[in-house]
Amino acid sequence: MTTVAVKPATMGQALGRALRDAMADDPSVHVLGEDVGTLGGVFRVTDGLAKEFGDDRCTDTPLAEAGILGTAVGMAMYGLRPVVEMQFDAFAYPAFEQLISHVARMRNRTRGGMPLPITIRVPYGGGIGGVEHHSDSSEAYYMATPGLHVVTPATVEDAYGLLRASIASDDPVVFLEPKRLYWSKADWNPDAPSTVEPIGKAVVRRAGRSATLLTYGPSVPVCLEAAEAARAEGWDLEVVDLRSLVPFDDETVTASVRRTGRAVVVHESGGFGGPGGEIAARVTERCFHHLEAPVLRVAGFDIPYPPPMLERHHLPGVDRILDAVARLQWEAES
Amino acid sequence: MTVMEQRGAYRPAPPPAWQLRTDPAPLLPEAEPYRVLGTDAARKADPELLLRLHGELVRGRRYNTQATALTKQGRLAVYPSSTGQEACEIAAALALREQDWLFPSYRDTLAAVARGLDPVAALTLLRGDWHTGYDPREHRIAPLCTPLATQLPHAVGLAHAARLKGDDVVALAMVGDGGTSEGDFHEALNFAAVWQAPVVFLVQNNGFAISVPLAKQTAAPSLAHKAVGYGMPGRLVDGNDAVAVHEVLSEAVERAREGGGPTLIEAVTYRMEAHTNADDATRYRQDADVEAWQDHDPIVLLERELTERDLLDEDRRRAVREDAEEMAADLRARMNQDPALDPMDLFTHVYAEQTSQLREQAALLRAELEAENEADGAGR
Ligand SMILES: Cc1ncc(C[n+]2csc(CCOP(=O)(O)OP(=O)(O)O)c2C)c(N)n1
Repeated sequence: MTTVAVKPATMGQALGRALRDAMADDPSVHVLGEDVGTLGGVFRVTDGLAKEFGDDRCTDTPLAEAGILGTAVGMAMYGLRPVVEMQFDAFAYPAFEQLISHVARMRNRTRGGMPLPITIRVPYGGGIGGVEHHSDSSEAYYMATPGLHVVTPATVEDAYGLLRASIASDDPVVFLEPKRLYWSKADWNPDAPSTVEPIGKAVVRRAGRSATLLTYGPSVPVCLEAAEAARAEGWDLEVVDLRSLVPFDDETVTASVRRTGRAVVVHESGGFGGPGGEIAARVTERCFHHLEAPVLRVAGFDIPYPPPMLERHHLPGVDRILDAVARLQWEAES
Repeated sequence: MTVMEQRGAYRPAPPPAWQLRTDPAPLLPEAEPYRVLGTDAARKADPELLLRLHGELVRGRRYNTQATALTKQGRLAVYPSSTGQEACEIAAALALREQDWLFPSYRDTLAAVARGLDPVAALTLLRGDWHTGYDPREHRIAPLCTPLATQLPHAVGLAHAARLKGDDVVALAMVGDGGTSEGDFHEALNFAAVWQAPVVFLVQNNGFAISVPLAKQTAAPSLAHKAVGYGMPGRLVDGNDAVAVHEVLSEAVERAREGGGPTLIEAVTYRMEAHTNADDATRYRQDADVEAWQDHDPIVLLERELTERDLLDEDRRRAVREDAEEMAADLRARMNQDPALDPMDLFTHVYAEQTSQLREQAALLRAELEAENEADGAGR
């Protein structure tokens, strides 16, 4: 009998493994970015790739994000499958023009003649004690741009599966990596072939009957913790990990909220103009007659990301989530 | 050792790791725009090339006047004419080989057409029935690009990719003088030089970015001089001298394919028309400024040479004119037909696979269209 090699791995390692396997499977996959070669990336996700595949496949580029993404567009036009690493969320902003005016539109502009299979990896979110410009949640900008997929894993297994699927996608994918989960660990078998996850499918991480927490990326573990704590209050919370903001899995979300009748959206990104507004509206449009209470949002404040010594007040935590759950009009029930 | 002895031992020297990384001298452009027409070198120019250039330039100018006329008839939303710049446009196309790629801006329809693109397909963007009217891979012509200089890094990436694959492909990227102030211009040139990518950058310095003259755009000695800062050669050429532009471009293409890396070429030319049909050039320049360029018109320069060498008799002139008129008549006739539009196309090419959200929105539009059709039917 063979034993399956399951051992603890971090999300960072799973992402690295996904890149390695994608490069091994498909010679058109190229990794580009700042410090991704010799150093292996500032988060070490690309560690070993340059050594295994050479500098031409895993390239330390000049330091210019628009140039990195712009040249990746040209490479994709010629049939390569570039995977671009942006060093931090806030340092992806110089590449916005390329992203919005070209990456997101090339398929449409050319009537499908020239799709761009580019994956843009962006470490995002706070909670790592980063100084200014190292903790932004920029997903709302990407979500607002038609033509892009926006994907974000919350588990080690998904990190692998969703990154593989993103690289395999013929459409551009903004792949948001929750920085603070890079070091999260799980027992994981990197050789299990079943772990390539389709893009656009949410999952129920914890089944429950009282209310649904709709969340993604770095807020998933926080919501799971909140759901555990909620048991003491007599609430049995369901936690849905969206995994993909675009395409949005209305089906899974709607089914869950119709079942529970109550929903709270949880994310680090600011609430005003943030993803939660869109999600709450979609849920309300589809579940109105099943809802016992308005859909609430627990989001980061509408402020520039705080300095590290104050960030704990900004990030949605267990207490703030439970406070929101408490406001879901339970009185009517008793 | 005393302090004084230590001082005596000190010799001024550069910091330990410093050295000049490339000799800048060979990268410098010529002192004034390189010319062939009107010089002795022109006498040696291949007559076939001269005649080919002449025919294409006349066609190109006719294309410009026809397209501008189409804006007046409401058949084009807008047209940025390249009248006065035909030598750059045509030479750009002719310097490329079949397998090479062209990365044009919105002003470079002529280059695309001279490369073999259907004249009507080249105008799709400007007619507005879609954004790009052709498959870029078919003619190896990237979509006409509107956000300034953003196509330049694409050219670099494509050329780099081709080189990685071992293919003999050169990318020619076109940009205006105003576009050289954009960050993407800088990033593209830098990447190209670091990667030694087989790219040629052609800047058409036509004097203006809409209304803004070059003096407000840069303090560089010339745009070609910018090349030196990136470690690539800069070339300065008379952009109205079709033979000179063709020669300089061909050399740069050859250099790129031999592994010599990128070249930056500044072609000095002049935009004879307003920025587009919607622009009013009298607000920022005098008629006299334009007149000064009449005598240096690219077709005039070429015809002078051809006449001098007895290559342009009346028959030839007529044949060239007729060819251009034929092209214009065909363009006019086809552009006067309403393009086929299918509103449902709006949802077809956003993603490889339509999202459920787009399917819902497509259904909404389809219902609206059906209601419209029914209303039309009932009204009849
Ligand atoms: C990024 C960007 N900013 C502004 C514009 C609007 N715009 C269109 S053409 C133009 C002038 C460009 O001048 P130049 O690069 O010299 O090219 P030319 O039009 O003279 O061929 C401007 C400002 C644009 N298209 N893209």
